Amino acid sequence: MAAAARLFIRGAHSTLAISGVGTGKQNSLFKLSAGCSSRLKAQRHVAHFTFQPDPPTTEYGATQKMNLFQSITSALDNTLASDPTAVIFGEDVAFGGVFRCTVGLRDKYGKDRVFNTPLCEQGIVGFGIGAATAGATAIAEIQFADYIFPAFDQIVNEAAKYRYRSGNLFDCGNLTIRAPWGCVGHGSLYHSQSPEAYFAHCPGIKVVIPRGPLQAKGLLLSCIADNNPCLFFEPKILYRAAVEQVPVDSYTIPLSQAEVLQEGSDLTLVAWGTQIHVLKEVANMAQEKLGVSCEVIDLRTILPWDTETVCKSVARTGRLLISHEAPVTGGFAAEISSTVQEECFLNLEAPIARVCGYDTPFPHIFEPFYIPDKWKCFDAIKRMINY
Amino acid sequence: MAAVSGMSRISGLCRHAVRQTAALKTPRLLQQRRSFIVTAVQQQQQPFDSSLEKPQFPGASAEFVDRLEFIQPNVISGIPVYRVMDRQGNIINPSEDPQLSKETVLNFYQKMTLLNTMDRILYESQRQGRISFYMTNYGEEGTHIGSAAALESNDLVFGQYREAGVLMYRGFPLDLFMAQCYANADDLGKGRQMPVHYGCKDLHFVTISSPLATQIPQAAGAAYALKRENMNRAVICYFGEGAASEGDAHAGFNFSATLECPLIFFCRNNGYAISTPTNEQYRGDGIAARGPGYGMLSIRVDGNDVFAVYNATKEARRRAVAENQPFLIEAMTYRIGHHSTSDDSSAYRSVDEVNYWDKQDHPISRLRHYMTARGWWSEDDERSWRKQSRKTVMEAFERAERRLKPNPELLFTDVYQEMNPTLAKQRESLFRHIQQYKEHYPLDLYEK
Repeated sequence: MAAAARLFIRGAHSTLAISGVGTGKQNSLFKLSAGCSSRLKAQRHVAHFTFQPDPPTTEYGATQKMNLFQSITSALDNTLASDPTAVIFGEDVAFGGVFRCTVGLRDKYGKDRVFNTPLCEQGIVGFGIGAATAGATAIAEIQFADYIFPAFDQIVNEAAKYRYRSGNLFDCGNLTIRAPWGCVGHGSLYHSQSPEAYFAHCPGIKVVIPRGPLQAKGLLLSCIADNNPCLFFEPKILYRAAVEQVPVDSYTIPLSQAEVLQEGSDLTLVAWGTQIHVLKEVANMAQEKLGVSCEVIDLRTILPWDTETVCKSVARTGRLLISHEAPVTGGFAAEISSTVQEECFLNLEAPIARVCGYDTPFPHIFEPFYIPDKWKCFDAIKRMINY
Repeated sequence: MAAVSGMSRISGLCRHAVRQTAALKTPRLLQQRRSFIVTAVQQQQQPFDSSLEKPQFPGASAEFVDRLEFIQPNVISGIPVYRVMDRQGNIINPSEDPQLSKETVLNFYQKMTLLNTMDRILYESQRQGRISFYMTNYGEEGTHIGSAAALESNDLVFGQYREAGVLMYRGFPLDLFMAQCYANADDLGKGRQMPVHYGCKDLHFVTISSPLATQIPQAAGAAYALKRENMNRAVICYFGEGAASEGDAHAGFNFSATLECPLIFFCRNNGYAISTPTNEQYRGDGIAARGPGYGMLSIRVDGNDVFAVYNATKEARRRAVAENQPFLIEAMTYRIGHHSTSDDSSAYRSVDEVNYWDKQDHPISRLRHYMTARGWWSEDDERSWRKQSRKTVMEAFERAERRLKPNPELLFTDVYQEMNPTLAKQRESLFRHIQQYKEHYPLDLYEK
């Protein structure tokens, strides 16, 4: 059943590939579609955001224009080149992956290092834990974050607790699990989920989500190098849509450090993944339409998260809005919200706002109404400012 | 014909197939059964050739058949149980005698009985409330020692929880067994897990965890990594017949076959998963019969026959490493003790049944018969060894009991390799708290 669904989305993506590839106009396409007729909106997935590339950096040497899937490939390439124990495996990774993240790696590094597994998520993660325990660098792919749940037991009861329960005799710190994540316009229930909050309740693992190609490569390389099992969620809607300059060589971006993307004085906006681009736009809208100065923070690491950066910001601005695609109840915004409330009680001038997905499964045709888009976030800011 | 071309490579498997189907006395069915099994172990997809008058389906290599016939599972006459000595310790077929030296056999016996003595003392200590939990190994000592002896000392072991004999064979000190059960400051696991969740890095025994069967796909991954290291190492993975019902068992079997891992799956089929008898656990011919379905060489052995276990493991180990493929050994045995100290097995099985296995078909007594017949062991030896082993165990027991528990700080370390600020804050908060409320906590029992 799952396999059939996957084939379907694969087909959908290859269509997207043909329309988007080589044109270099992904950004303008999305901008355009945002203002398109409602009839078109119903047929095609319409970007609810405008990707905003990071400023180019020369800090790590020569760069190259890459989209997000290419920057993932680049990180994996660097890893296989420098670490002879590193192996990449999962469903359909050998031919390049259903999202093209592993294209060329098998040819370059051999079929014992980049290989397909049987279609079984609990097996993939269990296998990865074992390989890591025996000393290999194991990079497992779960084809969609929606299908990570069969491996929940291996992640929560095994990977996360391996070091602790053995008194540090054994660990699977060399394990990284990558999975496409987040909404994609038409992914419906099982190609859209954002399951990070399920894992945020699990001491022992790290959960990391990048906002673009430059971030993705640096954070993924940190996950791979980190001596703890990491889950790395890749916003799949950005795989092709997000293009920016990315260093060709290996570099790392520290885990558990949020990044202040835009300084502001009236209100703190916190998000991760694609939603960062929504909030950056919202910050501009708030400035233009309301004269409100927003500070935008990309949390980047969900667990263990950077309380300090967020709390420092809220202590200055006095207001906090957190936004994520996942459902609101039990979502990670609840954790941030209660922590900030504890730490910044005297600074808060309005209740903390959470603009999130509704407490429903992720719907197909209703996606435009479901997601916490810029208008919902903008409205929340308006209400907070007027509180 | 595919059935023939694959034949030599899997001759062992075919012998099983022949034996299984002999009962049916139908050559036609026999032929089908053979090709069925050969198909199951095909690892390469057949090259596409449309000119041949044969099935071209990529999913299997098989002939067409023009009559409707379902393949019957062969449960009544199952895979035979390989045996080297009978219940009186006599070698049945001299060509299968592993010819182990007196010293080796005495070591087998002493490790099995030492484990048994430790079991008795720790079981009692739980009954007296001195440790919180325990699981004995009664009746399964032969499976542990026989298999452990057939491995290289650096082969990696993944276990379930009833394989303490493997550690015993590898020389894990009694003090460390006790330290783990008492969760005292000497415990390598820092007192974090329930009793009998042993682990030892130096002895290549991966720390036990409670969730059943999770170690099975992990063992496949470890074997894959060892294969790539090319250091002539294998992995062995133990589990009970109940755990084999978990999805992870399916995952591990399938992955190890498709990814060609040097791995021995060792199933202890002791008839029960807590209270659940095997006829509520599965309806096929046990666990061994599943192996061929995964393309895995499989065998069933008498788990109360330490030499049969040894021989099977030895050969599986040799071939697993040489050929990079997994093997499945199903050791038939009987769980003589209760499932654990939290279980009273008389609630679901008869005392007579238990007594039969304890008194008439026990791995320890069988090996003792073997030794006695060779003049390697006498009543006197038995008496003095019992006394000595009991004394050694009691001494370790008392030392363990006297020892303090680990510093409560160890509650917070090793969650991650490094201590993160949030966790450091929580640790400080506990310290502040027990400073103020110290009389409400058992601080005297813990190291400072």
